Amino acid sequence: MSKASCFHCGDICISELITYNDKSFCCNGCKTVFEIFQENDLTCYYDLQNAPGAVPKEIAGKYDFLSQENIIEKLTEFNDGNIQIVTLYIPHIHCSSCIWILENLTKLNPNISSSQVNFGKKNVRVTYNSKQASLKEVVLLLSSIGYEPYISLDDFKTGNQHINRTLIYKLGIAGFAFGNVMFLSFPEYFEVGEFWLEKYKHLFRWLMFFFSLPVVFYAGQDYFISAYKGLRSKLLNIDVPIALGLAVLFIRSTVEIIFDLGSGFFDSLTGLVFFLLLGKFFQQKTYSFLSFERDYKSYFPIAVTKIFEGKETPIQVYDIKKGDRLLIRNEELIPVDGILINGKARIDYSFVTGESETVSKQSGDKLFAGGKQTSGVIEMEALKSVEQSYLTQLWSNDVFSKNKDDGFTTLTNAISKRFTIAVLSIAILATSYWLVVDSSKAMNVFTAVLIIACPCAIALSAPFTYGNLLRIFGKLKFYVKNASIMEQLASINTVIFDKTGTITSNQKSTASYEGKALTGSEETLLKNTLRGSNHPLSRTLYDILDEQDIISLNHFEEHLGQGIEASYEQNSIKIGSASFVGANETALLNTAVHISANSQYKGKFTFYNSYRKGISKLFNKLKKNYDLVILSGDNEGELENLKKLLPSKTKLIFNQKPDDKLEYIKYHQSEGAKVLMVGDGLNDAGALAQSNVGIAISENVNVFSPACDAILDASKINQLVKFLKASKNAIKIIKWSFVLSFIYNIVGLYFAVTGQLAPVVAAILMPLSSISIVVFTTIATNIIGRKLE
Amino acid sequence: MGVIYILLSISIVVAIIFFIAFIYAVKNGQYDDSYTPSVRMLFEDEIIKDQKNPTVKTKKTN
Repeated sequence: MSKASCFHCGDICISELITYNDKSFCCNGCKTVFEIFQENDLTCYYDLQNAPGAVPKEIAGKYDFLSQENIIEKLTEFNDGNIQIVTLYIPHIHCSSCIWILENLTKLNPNISSSQVNFGKKNVRVTYNSKQASLKEVVLLLSSIGYEPYISLDDFKTGNQHINRTLIYKLGIAGFAFGNVMFLSFPEYFEVGEFWLEKYKHLFRWLMFFFSLPVVFYAGQDYFISAYKGLRSKLLNIDVPIALGLAVLFIRSTVEIIFDLGSGFFDSLTGLVFFLLLGKFFQQKTYSFLSFERDYKSYFPIAVTKIFEGKETPIQVYDIKKGDRLLIRNEELIPVDGILINGKARIDYSFVTGESETVSKQSGDKLFAGGKQTSGVIEMEALKSVEQSYLTQLWSNDVFSKNKDDGFTTLTNAISKRFTIAVLSIAILATSYWLVVDSSKAMNVFTAVLIIACPCAIALSAPFTYGNLLRIFGKLKFYVKNASIMEQLASINTVIFDKTGTITSNQKSTASYEGKALTGSEETLLKNTLRGSNHPLSRTLYDILDEQDIISLNHFEEHLGQGIEASYEQNSIKIGSASFVGANETALLNTAVHISANSQYKGKFTFYNSYRKGISKLFNKLKKNYDLVILSGDNEGELENLKKLLPSKTKLIFNQKPDDKLEYIKYHQSEGAKVLMVGDGLNDAGALAQSNVGIAISENVNVFSPACDAILDASKINQLVKFLKASKNAIKIIKWSFVLSFIYNIVGLYFAVTGQLAPVVAAILMPLSSISIVVFTTIATNIIGRKLE
Repeated sequence: MGVIYILLSISIVVAIIFFIAFIYAVKNGQYDDSYTPSVRMLFEDEIIKDQKNPTVKTKKTN
């Protein structure tokens, strides 16, 4: 039978196949969603995109906290008791069908008056009548059609976020003024002394003056502020010569039109600010669907269920006190450290460690915050509050409040220091020369030098190079936070990797068998026994073993925390821990499953991590230029395996706690290392923050990754060398464009020093230099980008 | 040539009107999401069409 794929979610129907309306569905959930859409004439959902849906999850009771007034108040952005507006983040939004169905929510619930999707941010803004519908109903409706919103502790802090749009305003104003001033100044470029022009030129000039006022005092104010700040901390940053140039341009132009000396340089002035802001805008463009600032709050729920005097009440996570009895449902996150009281706990710590294999816990065991319960309901007693838990404590470290950009001199600022000094000396030398030769021209020359030397082109090189490369990297699934990270990336000399989840893959692990060979009938029995078990190790082993005939077992029993027992005809089998099957084995570091058949010990399957494709190659390429380290939180079970796989000079360090990783990096930085940390789980968060560049590896970039400087898609980890090389080449491009802009400056300075700088020369030279830099950097980065692919 | 004053003031007024329209658009958040509207404008009559013709393309099985 060929395997059918689900009409709703597109998954292959493995365990069951439901046929309804001639369409196949992989589960009842998917079928129900289809029914809902069909009843409401919304099946067009499936026309726009094939199999666009997601399987709705069991959520009974999960959102009970949404009926609490104070929580509603915090989550909604507008609430007048009648109408509520809420913006919900929905990770599943991925295609045009999603937009369509979410914007037609009103068909499913008439109390929802409007819903609007922001595809880039993957959120939906829902307006509803709060008298008729509640926030909880809205969330349940979304969940029932497979669009479960993600509500985390992070949403709790602010109801309404302020969007900063100043740069767009400034860019708009500068562009508006630039265009108009260009028109107004054009007549005077060539027609000097013409009758009508003479008559109206004063009007034109004063109009230009008024257009340039908002450009200098509003659009360009950042440059003055930054230059002032730079000077105060005794730093000649790139904004100092820019601010100087802008000020001189404005003052000289104003003086010229007041005393009727000439038409001024308002065209160059507005053009300069416009191009500079354009560069800023280009550089600022970021990935709105990614967040680089996540801490544990994005992972944690807002509320959990507290059991108090036999009653279940939702309680805010921050209000959990020591000794509280908490109820954790399936798929819920454990918010605080505690002790398991009752229930079958199977905890997935993949958020924390990157290890997706679940851990079974017995009543009385300690549970750590950050784990996700994956089977049934458990009860636990809190031992600590949220902030004091083992994992969350990490965020009290100073690293997280420090801004990484501080104390890092960019290439542009490094060059601007020498540049500023050189320009000032040329200006003074030229002025003193003219004071002797022709003192009437001295002031003219002084200002002209400062105007023409205004380092517009230099200031544009870095933003356009990095900005463009950022975009190219983004297309190749390497998402870098901002341009200054690109520059840091080029200076790296040490690369540190986390092990689990970073160089090993999350899903697949491999197992090898040791012991007596199994007979054919035993293998069949083994495979069929594993089929019935839901334990993650059984599932993994089941997937690894060869395909066998399906038989129905005579006897099957699962012993919790020990193993499985089964029999078929005259054969019996035991699968599980060493003690369960009766093997005398000393404790091993690696996970192993032991097997005995007919009360005779056969052997064991030992599980190994499976490493991502191309890891060995990547390390061999990296070893030429970088120091390599593996910092793992796990035990040394994989030591031999890693030694075989990786170049011999790689340092392998195991048993590292989150704090240890951070300290290790700090120590090496104090010895001059520039560290690139590659990690994935929340336990790497400290190390990612401390390192010069922290890259988070993610199997699915839409899901969460800890705070970092860049996110790299897991399938592209073997390309890391190329990305590092490209960032080095970017530095070369910037250096070349510096050379290019120096040439323009020298030509301009010739006009300025000889006292013949006409407005038309400035008006041609300045945009020309800026545009040619933009063209040069764009072409050069695209060539780098082509090499990457 | 007094007409030039009229022409100038008209041209500047028109320019300023467009400028205000731009500021208004930014303030309304029209520049916040540059992707979704491009998809949204293609949806129009799906629901009406659907009522007449409730058949849906079946996905090919592989």
